Amino acid sequence: MTRSLPFRAAVVSLALLAAFLLAWHLATRGGGPTAAMDPEYAKLMGATATQGKSAMPGPLDVAATVWGHLKDPFYDRGTNDKGLGIQLGWSIARVAAGYLLAVLVAIPIGVLIGMSPLMSRALDPFVQVLKPISPLAWMPLALYTIKDSGLSAVFVIFICSLWPMLANTAFGIASVRREWINVARTLEVGTLRRIFTVLLPAAAPTILTGMRISIGIAWLVIVAAEMLVGGTGIGYFVWNEWNNLSITNVITAILVIGVVGMVLDQLLARLTRAVTFPE
Amino acid sequence: MTQKFISIEGIAKRFPAAGGGTTTVFEDLWLAMERGTFTCVIGHSGCGKTTVLNVLAGLDTPSDGTVIVDNQAIEGPSLDRAVIFQSHALLPWRTVLGNVAFAVSSKWRRWSRLEVEEHARRFIALVGLAGAEHKRPAELSGGMKQRVGIARALSIEPKILLMDEPFSALDALTRGTLQDEVRRICRETGQTVVMITHDVDEAIYLADRIVLMTNGPQAVLAEIVENPLPAHRKRHDVHKHPLYYAVRNHVVDFLVSRSRSFGDADKAALDRRRPPVVRPGAPEPVMLGDAHLVPPRSDIARPPVSQAG
Repeated sequence: MTRSLPFRAAVVSLALLAAFLLAWHLATRGGGPTAAMDPEYAKLMGATATQGKSAMPGPLDVAATVWGHLKDPFYDRGTNDKGLGIQLGWSIARVAAGYLLAVLVAIPIGVLIGMSPLMSRALDPFVQVLKPISPLAWMPLALYTIKDSGLSAVFVIFICSLWPMLANTAFGIASVRREWINVARTLEVGTLRRIFTVLLPAAAPTILTGMRISIGIAWLVIVAAEMLVGGTGIGYFVWNEWNNLSITNVITAILVIGVVGMVLDQLLARLTRAVTFPE
Repeated sequence: MTQKFISIEGIAKRFPAAGGGTTTVFEDLWLAMERGTFTCVIGHSGCGKTTVLNVLAGLDTPSDGTVIVDNQAIEGPSLDRAVIFQSHALLPWRTVLGNVAFAVSSKWRRWSRLEVEEHARRFIALVGLAGAEHKRPAELSGGMKQRVGIARALSIEPKILLMDEPFSALDALTRGTLQDEVRRICRETGQTVVMITHDVDEAIYLADRIVLMTNGPQAVLAEIVENPLPAHRKRHDVHKHPLYYAVRNHVVDFLVSRSRSFGDADKAALDRRRPPVVRPGAPEPVMLGDAHLVPPRSDIARPPVSQAG
């Protein structure tokens, strides 16, 4: 009897995960105690040299660390020792602020570009030049102008989320079916009402796709931005733990970044499905 | 000239041709229609009949000339003129009720939600879709979608109903039923209708007057055929009327040969402001020995093709 496809896929996924974890565990197991060493020297060298322990943490070490963080995610013991939950909270808050700001700017401008061939051509050169700039290149300018590292990170998120939303909104609005616009025209629907009752609902799936791309990019960029600005956030956490040489914490953070990114993406995917209409 | 309800006055449509110069789809086109009449415009693809309708709707502007409706020149689309689109053009994210209510609330902006919905429901029931109010267009058949399009157009109680090949995407059975419905509704409400079609039988069944256009480019309105069939015709016996094949042959003849052969000399001879009005009649009744009238034999008058266009 063959099981359903999702079931079989899940089995293969679990098998791959188990194989990976096993290989990881075996590779980082360590080779047992090494040859006799001067005790003073051995103390300096630590367990890596004396017991042949791998410098790379194994899956069990990482699991223990992850468990430790999950048990107490919100502790705060000073600047450089905050719980993972607090750090994630800062990052998500910055992404949310920059992203929402970008939504408020990108969608109205995108609608304008999509509706007006004149504005579309007039704004095109600016968009073409600004779009390929790495968001982090704005950082010094932002720090100099805003004079606040946290707000500068928000600005960097804003600028990197802006372009995919802008492009998709403009494209979505410009390609709304002529016949739907004609329906609104024959009903003498005013511009504002036309935007909200015809253009935005018709372009919503395209706009939401742009928003989904944007949230992905924003979550990529926040880690790098926080490494630069420091203080709080998951990006800062990664860099801080690297300075502490705590590789287990670095790996933990990498896992958590991946999971949060997936959740954000799925959230937008669900929203996209909600506004998609069958034809 | 007498005041007509709709008066198309010398409109033209030209656009730049690919290799410089201009292409004239049609020019100097005149046509007047009275209130409460059903006019069908018939012609081959490319003669500009859809453009004429779009100009009437205000969705397209003519390169020349004007259209006067109810003593006012058309300046863009208006709620006085409702359009039934060939592709039904329903908003797929709205329900049947939502689509009709969108039109109703556009016309009566101060109405409450309840008033709007009640009015919309009345017209949904009129086209026989009561019970399907909360379905989305994707859940409806092609015929039902077009019914919603009709309900939407009628719900704003327009002065003129404009239809652009509204039934051409439907199968023959559905098309027949919808033609019956449209005819019934238009007769009951005294609606003024302009309809574009390339289906001769549809035109004969529905129209009071059939406007014939020659092939484009430089199409002209060659003549207006007065439909001699009685106003209370019925679908099942319309083809038995003694004059049915006279009209049908006349229109089919035009579409098959005269629309193409209508040459420059014919165009020059045409008074475009007053195109000829033709009322196809039976051949002269034949006097037989015992002096009773014999209607024309419909079997020999059967046309060579069932449908042109």
